[in-house]
Amino acid sequence: MATAEAATPGSAAASAKFAEDVSQWTLMRWRFARNRLSLFGLVVLLILYFLAVIAPFLSPYPYNDISTDYIHVAPTKLHVINGQISVCPLLQEMRDFQWFYEEDCDRAVPVDWMVKGHAYTILGIPFETHLFGVTQVPPPPDPAKLKARAAAAAAAAPKSDDPLAAFKVDAPSVASGGVEADKLPPKVFLFGSDVQGRDMFSRVMEGSRISLTIGLVGVALSVVLGAILGTASGYLGGLIDDLVQRFIEIIQSMPTLPLWAAIAAALPPTMPVPQRYLLITIILSFVSWTGLARQVRGKVMAYANLDYIAAARLAGSSHMRIILAHMLPNASSHIIVVSTLAVPGSILGETALSFLGLGMLPPAVSWGVLLRDAQQIQSVILHPWLLIPAVPIILTVTCYQFLGDGLRDAADPYSS
Amino acid sequence: MSQSKANATPLLQVRNLKKHFPIKGGLFGRTVGHVKAVDGIDLSVHDGETLGLVGESGCGKSTAGRTMIRLYEPTAGEITFNDPQSGPMRLERAGLADLRRVWTNMQMIFQDPFSSLDPRMSVGRIIGEPLTVHGIATGSELRDRVGELLRRVGLRPEHQSRYPHAFSGGQRQRIGIARALALNPKLVICDEPVSALDVSVQAQVLNLLEDLQDEFNLTFLFIAHDLSVVEHISDRVAVMYVGYVVEVAPTDELFRNPLMPYTEALISAIPPPNPRRRGRPMKLAGEVPSPSNPPTGCYFHPRCAYAADLCKVERPPLREVTPGHFAACHFAEKLSLRGIDGPMPAIDGSTAVPASPQA
Repeated sequence: MATAEAATPGSAAASAKFAEDVSQWTLMRWRFARNRLSLFGLVVLLILYFLAVIAPFLSPYPYNDISTDYIHVAPTKLHVINGQISVCPLLQEMRDFQWFYEEDCDRAVPVDWMVKGHAYTILGIPFETHLFGVTQVPPPPDPAKLKARAAAAAAAAPKSDDPLAAFKVDAPSVASGGVEADKLPPKVFLFGSDVQGRDMFSRVMEGSRISLTIGLVGVALSVVLGAILGTASGYLGGLIDDLVQRFIEIIQSMPTLPLWAAIAAALPPTMPVPQRYLLITIILSFVSWTGLARQVRGKVMAYANLDYIAAARLAGSSHMRIILAHMLPNASSHIIVVSTLAVPGSILGETALSFLGLGMLPPAVSWGVLLRDAQQIQSVILHPWLLIPAVPIILTVTCYQFLGDGLRDAADPYSS
Repeated sequence: MSQSKANATPLLQVRNLKKHFPIKGGLFGRTVGHVKAVDGIDLSVHDGETLGLVGESGCGKSTAGRTMIRLYEPTAGEITFNDPQSGPMRLERAGLADLRRVWTNMQMIFQDPFSSLDPRMSVGRIIGEPLTVHGIATGSELRDRVGELLRRVGLRPEHQSRYPHAFSGGQRQRIGIARALALNPKLVICDEPVSALDVSVQAQVLNLLEDLQDEFNLTFLFIAHDLSVVEHISDRVAVMYVGYVVEVAPTDELFRNPLMPYTEALISAIPPPNPRRRGRPMKLAGEVPSPSNPPTGCYFHPRCAYAADLCKVERPPLREVTPGHFAACHFAEKLSLRGIDGPMPAIDGSTAVPASPQA
């Protein structure tokens, strides 16, 4: 804008100790900084977004790396052996169609830092280093010990009265831990592994990239839609106002879940993931802009009756200038607060869609997709670590609520 | 209509100006009636004078001012502004481009010093907005001109980096005055510029307005509900009642020799400077009529002590009863009404027109 040089008076920063010279934005920043809880929310969110950016560096394995040797492994226990954090190789065993694992801590190997692993890129720059991983191959398992385990298993196994006996796999044949697995370094699964032996930690990290950004992109889209249509509706009034408001009412009265289902069904499942991702954000924001548009319309209508708008008209300002220089700056704190509070809704929306199988589809990973694996009741009992992706969702949403609350208090000119 | 200065073209002339606001009601927002906020005003403002416009709350005086400057679109009537550059211009149907040019010579000072300044803009940007929009000044020239305006209204040039919240009500009103003067206008419509201020600050701002009027050769249309303020600052006074002007006269003439019973009642409500000599204020019976449903005939007749049958039927036109003294009353010549006979009261802020005259 033409008056930009007047908008940022350099003296404001220089003599900021005088409260008179301080702009409304600075006052808002000061008020926000006093709110510990929302500051905490902001810091945690910044950390989460930073972690999402460097997700592949933190993940020891590719998020889609399948391994039959590690199906449904519980989160790896970390032991301190010889002053080093170490992991124990696992012995795999199938009983009653379930995989069971036993730690063999005689062969423990230390966790290494800054190891070289699979290649990845961050912001287009290629890397191979990962924060942690296991590179040392443990010594082969003690045959005597394996034999003792097999004998114990055979003794414990019930005999002929079990109708499923014919289907039982002989324990010793698999209790070796797998021939392949014994020649490789043991894996470290901080959050356990899923039904295909994929590392849940790497998947949660990878999923954060989609889950954290889909909310922002969706809200950004709905803010743009809502601000433009809300301003037009409130400022122009008349027929346009009526049309926009009735349109909003129609959208708001649509049952959202069937709508999502219908639109998601219309997307071909063969569609590439990025495209699908973009379309889902558009679907989410198509429904969520209405609330913001109404609030902006209300604000604009209130401002339109204020004397400073009348003064701006008498000064000769065009409608565009009145909207851009007076109405939007005044409504912006409100828009920021509303959109901050809308981000968690958008994140939860993506999670819900993916959970129902309407959003992201399995080759891609989001927190909703991960939670979908935990749909069966047996996961809650047998593999509770599959519920871990719910934790970052709750953390993110809560922090956004804290942040939004703090911003709202800071934006309120009448708060103390 | 010919005024006392008949030879000079008035700076602003208004004929039969009407502004009706629709009342929406019913299921589909049909218009079920109109609030006749301004219902046929005749008024002229002469170059260099201060015309006071008084009336009770809700009588339409602010609406009249805002319609004259075309913040509102008039329902009917004529507005003629004698623009110093482009000559007489009709404003009632003028387009935005014409209005922008007229507004460089016609500005407004608002009542509420809090809602009239954009809280997100620095004082420099607020005062400089007319200059920026019209492309008159930018950069350091803009800062110099804004600083000069701030000095003229009694503030310091370095205040332009501050934001409105850092100023008191009186200071904010000074900022509003500086903004109105930025384009060096001829006519300034002052919409109750001091009624939101403390009494001590009122006198300062009034004196500032008078000084600026001399310095810049300004013409004021001064809207107020405080008779003593109007008496202090005005050359002529127009009295409004329920949407139209009932009496116009030079200030002294109006206060000493009112020709309309409503004016008499208003004047009798001014407390005299000496409390021992306090007479009994006239009490008006009844309520102020609603502008959406005014009475027949003269709008004042239900409350008028002198009302006759004619008053119930026919609305009296505003006519020149004695030279320069206009009144809208059928019996203006026959009645002998009481005005002020002692010295004029001082401004002490206590003489506001009561919102409810029975009180």
